[in-house]
Amino acid sequence: MSTEKSVWRKAFEWHEERLPLFSFLDHSVGSKYPAPKNLNYFWNFGSLAGFMLVVMILTGVFLAMNYAAHKDMAFDSVERIMRDVNFGWLIRYMHANGASFFFIVVYIHIARGLYYGSYKAPREVLWWMGILIFLAMMATAFMGYVLPWGPMSFWGATVITNLFSAIPVIGDPIVTFLWGGFSVDNPTLNRFFALHYLLPFVIVGLVIFHIWALHIPGSNNPLGIEAAPADKIPFHPYYTVKDAFGLGVFLLFYFAVVFWVPNMMGHPDNYIPANPMVTPPHIVPEWYFLPFYAILRAIPDKLLGVIAMFGSILILFVVPWLDTSRVRSATFRPIFRFFLVIFIINVAVLGWCGAQLPEGLPLYLGRVSTFYYFFFFLVLMPVIGWMETPKPLPASISSPVLKAAE
Amino acid sequence: MANTAPVHHAGDGETRRDFLLHSTIAFGAVGGAMAVWPLIHSMNPAADTLALSTTEFSLANLQEGQAITVVWRGKPVFVRYRTPAEIEAAQKVPLNELVDPQKDEDRVKKGEEKYLILVGVCTHLGCIPLGSKPMDPRGDFGGWFCPCHGSHYDTSGRIRKGPAPANLTVPPYQFLNDTTVRIG
Repeated sequence: MSTEKSVWRKAFEWHEERLPLFSFLDHSVGSKYPAPKNLNYFWNFGSLAGFMLVVMILTGVFLAMNYAAHKDMAFDSVERIMRDVNFGWLIRYMHANGASFFFIVVYIHIARGLYYGSYKAPREVLWWMGILIFLAMMATAFMGYVLPWGPMSFWGATVITNLFSAIPVIGDPIVTFLWGGFSVDNPTLNRFFALHYLLPFVIVGLVIFHIWALHIPGSNNPLGIEAAPADKIPFHPYYTVKDAFGLGVFLLFYFAVVFWVPNMMGHPDNYIPANPMVTPPHIVPEWYFLPFYAILRAIPDKLLGVIAMFGSILILFVVPWLDTSRVRSATFRPIFRFFLVIFIINVAVLGWCGAQLPEGLPLYLGRVSTFYYFFFFLVLMPVIGWMETPKPLPASISSPVLKAAE
Repeated sequence: MANTAPVHHAGDGETRRDFLLHSTIAFGAVGGAMAVWPLIHSMNPAADTLALSTTEFSLANLQEGQAITVVWRGKPVFVRYRTPAEIEAAQKVPLNELVDPQKDEDRVKKGEEKYLILVGVCTHLGCIPLGSKPMDPRGDFGGWFCPCHGSHYDTSGRIRKGPAPANLTVPPYQFLNDTTVRIG
């Protein structure tokens, strides 16, 4: 064979000269992106989150083809999707449980960032983009949960939009504006559907910024030290294969829930049409909002409760400056690691409290946990970073391995 | 075309070109805001929504101790025919015991003190308090109890315990005759 290029190769190069699409992808998530060689399985969750975003958009587009965003038709159109539309039950269960799994993946992704110090310089803007994605996800999930128009949908929408009424003076006009009326009603449902369709594409845009910001410094790694060029391997094929394997394991869990316990994370109440005149006795948000709901209820003042709830997420923006230690990975910071693990358990405790009635033990435990949530960020993070002596850092990613071999 | 860019005199910070630039930006910003306003205002209540802002109902079948719920602007309105004991309890409460101090007399129409008319929406986060049906829990103060976050209201609909910051709202209403009321 001659070294003459094939016609396909020539066509490909002709196109790449005009729009370097494949070169761009190859530099983004391909063989031209060098990643540290020591990434562990916690680094799978970024690509898993990207995968879930695609699943949610795809299933969502097909659900929208059969959904009617009108208060008299929404509930019945969802039931029709479940009963009559071909594979409608599968698409809806993938979408509803997909939201839960999207949050599971993202919470692990955030916890990984906190543990390995991925928010520290020079990755602060990367961290910010992640928080914006998280906020957009919460707004999207909330509005999506309203669409089936069951009692949990209706009263969830009422309670969450009423959070804004806590703002002095302009609170009530804002709530009326959000509703497009004097209560949650058809205009509210209509606009929530429009925004629920729009926001995922905003998230896609934010994800592009997130990956862009990732590529300026490159990926962090479990040791938290700068990775020398010799300690990096091409993303493709090494991490594309590892991510694909992790995806396979993830899909086992995801589809086990979709096929066998699709309503495990839902509320039976929401299979009744909404009644604007009756509030169900025990309304709770979806599980992924429970820690923040517990913070809202822990504080016995309406405005301060709302401020604490929003503050619990917004505080993440300043975490790169609250943490005064220059050592990234908690592996080398035993005291910080101890309190960080308690923090993560504490968030789970808050989640439990959020699901209970706000009386007795859950209320007081919720208050203690809310205190620790803010105490960790505002006091422990700066103080531990200042007083703790970290363990000695390895000179490079390879060096501890080589020492062990000696 | 020998004329090129104007000569800048030393010391004068603002040039005519800067002025043109800043005023162009300012006009652009104002124009942009005016262009966005119709989009934003389209999300406020529409004319047909506003048109539903009055409701009339009859008190003829309401017995002492009973309560009914009517719909006004998509929200429930509680109408309770209070017993003399309930009215007395509401009037006797010292104002300094109240979170949101208000006299019972100011929450009903003079001469019609037995009828308590309230917007049935909890002032905390908008749930519907229980207490209008005979079997409902009425809370620690004999009025209404909100199941969402545990606010207790008294027989005048005033907040007594729990996270709600204000009393149940009294809607604007008038008696058209002895048994007909118009809200709105």
